[in-house]
Amino acid sequence: MALIDLDSVSKVYRMGDVEVYALREVSFSVEARDFVAVMGSSGSGKSTLMNVIGCLDRPTGGSYHLDGREVSRLDRRELAHVRNRTLGFVFQSFNLLSRTSALENVELPLIYGGTPGRDRHRRAARALERVGLAQRMDHHPNQMSGGQQQRVAIARALVAEPHLIVADEPTGNLDSRTSLEIMALFQELGAAGITVLLVTHEPDIAAYASRVVTMRDGRIRSDVRQTPRRVADDLAALDRGQEEVPA
Amino acid sequence: MIPLETLRVALRALLRNKMRSFLTMLGIIIGVGAVIAMVAIGEGAKARVEESFASMGSNLLIVMPGSTNAGGARGGFGSMPTLTWDDLRAIRGEISTVRYAAAQLRTNAQLQSEDQNWSTTVTGTSPEYFLIRSWRAASGRSLLDSDIDASAKVVVLGQTVVDKLFGASADPVGQTIRIKNIPFEVVGVLAKKGQSPMGQDYDDGVFVPQTTFASKIQGGLQKFLQGTIFVGATSTDATARAEEQISSLLRDRHRIGTGQDDDFSVRNLTEMANAQQEGMKTLTTLLASIAAVSLLVGGIGIMNIMLVSVTERTREIGVRMAVGATPLNILTQFLVEALTLSVLGGLIGIALGVLAANQLAQKFGWPMLIRPDIVVVSVAFSGFVGVVFGLYPAQKASRLDPIDALRYE
Repeated sequence: MALIDLDSVSKVYRMGDVEVYALREVSFSVEARDFVAVMGSSGSGKSTLMNVIGCLDRPTGGSYHLDGREVSRLDRRELAHVRNRTLGFVFQSFNLLSRTSALENVELPLIYGGTPGRDRHRRAARALERVGLAQRMDHHPNQMSGGQQQRVAIARALVAEPHLIVADEPTGNLDSRTSLEIMALFQELGAAGITVLLVTHEPDIAAYASRVVTMRDGRIRSDVRQTPRRVADDLAALDRGQEEVPA
Repeated sequence: MIPLETLRVALRALLRNKMRSFLTMLGIIIGVGAVIAMVAIGEGAKARVEESFASMGSNLLIVMPGSTNAGGARGGFGSMPTLTWDDLRAIRGEISTVRYAAAQLRTNAQLQSEDQNWSTTVTGTSPEYFLIRSWRAASGRSLLDSDIDASAKVVVLGQTVVDKLFGASADPVGQTIRIKNIPFEVVGVLAKKGQSPMGQDYDDGVFVPQTTFASKIQGGLQKFLQGTIFVGATSTDATARAEEQISSLLRDRHRIGTGQDDDFSVRNLTEMANAQQEGMKTLTTLLASIAAVSLLVGGIGIMNIMLVSVTERTREIGVRMAVGATPLNILTQFLVEALTLSVLGGLIGIALGVLAANQLAQKFGWPMLIRPDIVVVSVAFSGFVGVVFGLYPAQKASRLDPIDALRYE
């Protein structure tokens, strides 16, 4: 059974008298452990799709089964529980709480999940170790680079051990090398059995996914399975390139 | 979400804007501080009034003799003796609501001890007088019925007189003083009673048997009682009834027809005391309502800041919702923040109020009385203000759409 199963999902916004279709009867499913990139220009409906899949938004039509559960008609409270337990989000602008340490940022989903204090610290610390930030747990977002902040955000998405990580342009605010490092992390997560759904408009980034879905005008235009490029190779190439630059 | 965690998050959010949080709390601090200080002083003043009325006598009525009417020129009450010793006996014996009745005959006289002299009021009366006024002897004894019967030359002194004639720490019981050059044996000293509601010193006076007074100090008419009658009613509620009964008894005894003026007057001091207490109560209510208004203003301040805070932290709210905060979690968080502001403000207000009341009391010599129930009510009320004015902003936060909130710049 598919982890994500969308059946004729529509999303209509009413702007006064005009109805704007953000999604037009999209049917789409993702198997567990897949690494899917969603591409498309702005206004193509890819963000709306992300929001629906991420349970931040409810579709106006169709049905959506997440991990076998119909979630398209849940109320706000139930959606919050689904987000807390089955999903992890990574955003383009990191969305960390400022003036709050990395550890506490990562603890946030566990707080709302009701995990008691000691267990919470332990799990958050482990998640930070997993993204390579064991040394920076007490740092605040403003004391960290963009790449480090995004790692904290990924740790936060991972900490509740969700099946699915939804990433909205996670490399959009990062330089190319840091982007590669973040993508390497996503590939590692994919290898560890976590389903990753990634929205991007950069073909270079989409190349690391094993499936690329392209959207336009609220519909899926193409859905291609591909052999993903290995980020580790590109990173190695980048390092070699830098070594060749004369000092 | 764990309640303790909510409180921690709230405290941290408030500490982030220390100045702002403090200024927001200031409204509540001033409001609660004002309530505490005003009520403390108001209650203190009330207690003092009650005390002074209590030392005047409990359930007290005073019957004063009537006025002269000589050739159209009318004297005031007391200008002519109209009350008789028989009237006193009738009041004591025939009226059910009267517990005690005693004559009070007064004059001013020069007193002498061995080496000092002092001019004060000499009162001739009977033992019941002390019961009516709830005055006790601090040393020695009060007057006895046997003193009255024997016209004994004994005297009971007020504390001020002791101070003047013998010095503050002396115990003059057993010594002799002279009143109008007649020697009297001091048999007792009354406990200190303080001032009357009108500022008169109750302790500046001496008391002798009424019979001795009439025969040695101020000769009077045999039949008439040259002074006033003090009456103690059976209870506070009975004073009004006693007043009526005494009036009608005396009108009857003095044969005053309908339409004619009384030749005496009855003063109900319990009612005067009640009226004064009503006045104090009105004042306290007034002060409390001013304080309530300032609490209301404080509450509006909290609401204002919480609305600003919700707007500022829209993104934070979005992030929290994205990672699984339910609308109730968000509502609780902001409500707890508002509550923390108001209750903390309330507690600081209490501390400042007590301090201010203390300072004022010391500086102006006012009495003060901190009532624990007022303290509890103040905290509860400031908490109530926090909930009422925090609810709308908190609700606004909890109803935010997570997508809009995350996108908010």
